[in-house]
Amino acid sequence: MRLLLIALLLAMSFAAPAVVAVQPDEVLSDAALEVRARALSKELRCMVCQNQSIDDSDAPLARDLRILVRERLQAGDSDREVIDFLVARYGEFVLLNPRFSGHTALLWVAPAALLLIGGVVLFVLARRRRKGSETGSAEQVKLTSAEQARLSEILDQRPS
Amino acid sequence: MIAELGHYALVLALGLALFQACVPILGARRNDASLMAVAEPTAIAQFGFVAFAFAALTICYVRSDFSVVNVFENSHSAKPLIYKITGVWGNHEGSMLLWVLILTTFGALVALFGGNLPARLRANVLGVQSWIAVAFDLFILVTSNPFLRISDPPFEGRDLNPILQDPGLAIHPPLLYLGYVGLSISFSFAIAALIEGRIDAAWARWVRPWTLLAWMFLTLGIAMGSYWAYYTLGWGGWWFWDPVENASFMPWLAATALLHSALVMEKRDALKVWTILLAILAFSLSLIGTFLVRSGVLTSVHAFANDPARGVFILAILVLFIGGALALFALRAPMLKQGGLFAPISREGALVLNNLFLVSACATVFIGTLYPLALEAITAEKISVGAPFFNGTFGPLFVVLLVAVPFGPLLAWKRGDLAGVAQRLAGAAGIAGIAAAVVFAMEGGGPILMPFAIGLALFVMTGALTEIVERTGLLRVPFATALLRAKGLPRSSWGAAFAHFGLGVTLLGVIGETQWSLERIAELKPGQSISIRRYDLSFDGVTSHQGPNYRELAAHFTVRRHGDLVGVMEPAKRSYPSRGTATTQTALLTRGLAQLYLSLGEPNADGSIAVRLYYKPLVLLIWLGAVVMVIGGALSLSDRRLRVGAPKTARSKAALTPAE
Repeated sequence: MRLLLIALLLAMSFAAPAVVAVQPDEVLSDAALEVRARALSKELRCMVCQNQSIDDSDAPLARDLRILVRERLQAGDSDREVIDFLVARYGEFVLLNPRFSGHTALLWVAPAALLLIGGVVLFVLARRRRKGSETGSAEQVKLTSAEQARLSEILDQRPS
Repeated sequence: MIAELGHYALVLALGLALFQACVPILGARRNDASLMAVAEPTAIAQFGFVAFAFAALTICYVRSDFSVVNVFENSHSAKPLIYKITGVWGNHEGSMLLWVLILTTFGALVALFGGNLPARLRANVLGVQSWIAVAFDLFILVTSNPFLRISDPPFEGRDLNPILQDPGLAIHPPLLYLGYVGLSISFSFAIAALIEGRIDAAWARWVRPWTLLAWMFLTLGIAMGSYWAYYTLGWGGWWFWDPVENASFMPWLAATALLHSALVMEKRDALKVWTILLAILAFSLSLIGTFLVRSGVLTSVHAFANDPARGVFILAILVLFIGGALALFALRAPMLKQGGLFAPISREGALVLNNLFLVSACATVFIGTLYPLALEAITAEKISVGAPFFNGTFGPLFVVLLVAVPFGPLLAWKRGDLAGVAQRLAGAAGIAGIAAAVVFAMEGGGPILMPFAIGLALFVMTGALTEIVERTGLLRVPFATALLRAKGLPRSSWGAAFAHFGLGVTLLGVIGETQWSLERIAELKPGQSISIRRYDLSFDGVTSHQGPNYRELAAHFTVRRHGDLVGVMEPAKRSYPSRGTATTQTALLTRGLAQLYLSLGEPNADGSIAVRLYYKPLVLLIWLGAVVMVIGGALSLSDRRLRVGAPKTARSKAALTPAE
């Protein structure tokens, strides 16, 4: 049933000419609440769109969600309660900023972890290098005979 | 007929690509000059045939030949000529043909201008380049043929998606593809070096210009796409962390890292293995971007599973090329000798730090983009990863990088003096500090992040100029002397200064736009007006007229500032009957670096209309910064050092020794 509804909404969003995201009639008279509503809207996904927040989207579903968010705020919900309400209704998918949990741990930890691992690897490499350079130039490669010949060829070519 | 000729030319190009993929590499192995020498004419011929195929498709579009499925599905006889032509790449099949056209163009360029490359390297590079061409020629011919006919041709086409009928989107894909595909050259060079098992500073000198060229196109392409999204989508955003955008941003980050590491390799013969790996990664990310955009996997994992032919084919190309390249890398990299020792505090050290942060940032975008897909495929759980996540993770990484940017070019090679550099940057830091304090005072306190960010942007900008100012003695010697010295500076120094300065400029635009942007949403009747900052816009009324293939409803606004006429703004809504779709045409009014941005909502029965109005200060800097970066790239590309030097000795040797 819900799928059908979403499909219907989707069809409507294509049929109707594009409308601008937040509509004048949605704006709350309480400025402080409106600011909170806008901030929340930016964190919530319009589920029938591709990667758009309900604040940006012109789809009818996004409009419904924007109105819903405002209704909850007017009813006295905290930001957190509004989010919880929407997640309970639509699932984690509605959040553009995924919450930290078992399933998203890797996502959240990865950036810092990568930087840290990269840093450690560089540190170890630099230390090993320095040790290598102290123990002498065993790694220094001698020229092969072909390269030696080529070198003298170049030197000979030099205009005197 | 012309469509069949195009089809045939593409098949011939595939044949040539297969030939070029095998023979020169065999020649390089056997050290057979005549086998190696076939690479260049074949590469040029390959380009010729693909160009012919592309021209054939373009002719079908211009003639509105609806017996060709691709033309029928994406064109319309009433469409303006320019969009008939750009419609060629406004669809899947045509855009893949453009991909291959650019790929073979780069191959032909290497063949034409690679005369001073060592013969074996050139043969291998062109051979590897041709492997990629084989894969994508096959992809087009097997799964995405643009030349297929309809047995019962219709009278009229279905038209191009109206949102693509825009000059911005006409040039955005070619620019982006030049960038994506340009990285294939760095990739081919890397693989050729691995095949040969040897690599030297001359190699880096060869790869850098190609990477620079690709990077410039990529920068322009991304900036162009961003500006297009800004004025088309109607809510004033310019970057959305959309997977499609990320797909272009990841290769850009990797290419930027590659440019910097190739610098170390060229100057100091160090970081060889890493540079090779980056060259492989940068093109791999281009391929992954192509896969993400072209397979439909982004819209939903299920859409991909339902029509998997194309997706699976590109996935196979991905696995083959990325897997193969990495396997070859694992096999051969240990053979490459490391050279050039350096202390942690040095120019090399700074460039390594740059690479660490750029690659981490790139990985963050990669994981954020692919995580939801992977999670859904594994656990069937759906999550979203959107702008707030990327701002929170990518942002801090980049802030640290930006703080470090001005230090890099001032550090000496091998062993640098951090305290000395800090001292030389005192002027830049002072200017940044004053700017931050002024902003803090102007804002009357508020979040500290904002003045800090402004200060950071100015630090990057003035820091970039520090080296130029010092080396020309601008503030110490007479201006004429400084000018003379400025002319004597190597272009590459100017290039680095411009590129880093541009980065600061973009940052300034980003901060200005996000922090000081004003917004008004209102419903207006004719005669009413709306004000934002010091501008008053009065709504004069609505007119409608007929375009070539659409009907337009335009609203007229007169813009005044303190009562003086500044200009008119005419946002519009267009409806395209051929597809039954509509677009919103935003009106922009540029005032210095700021823009007024006006887009229309729904007209109501009582004659009123919903409007969204923004005042966006500094917004133009976002894209101007990118242009400055590209100018920096062009300056660096024109440096003498890249044209003479090591490669030249190879040429003189070729001239001295007659054909073997």
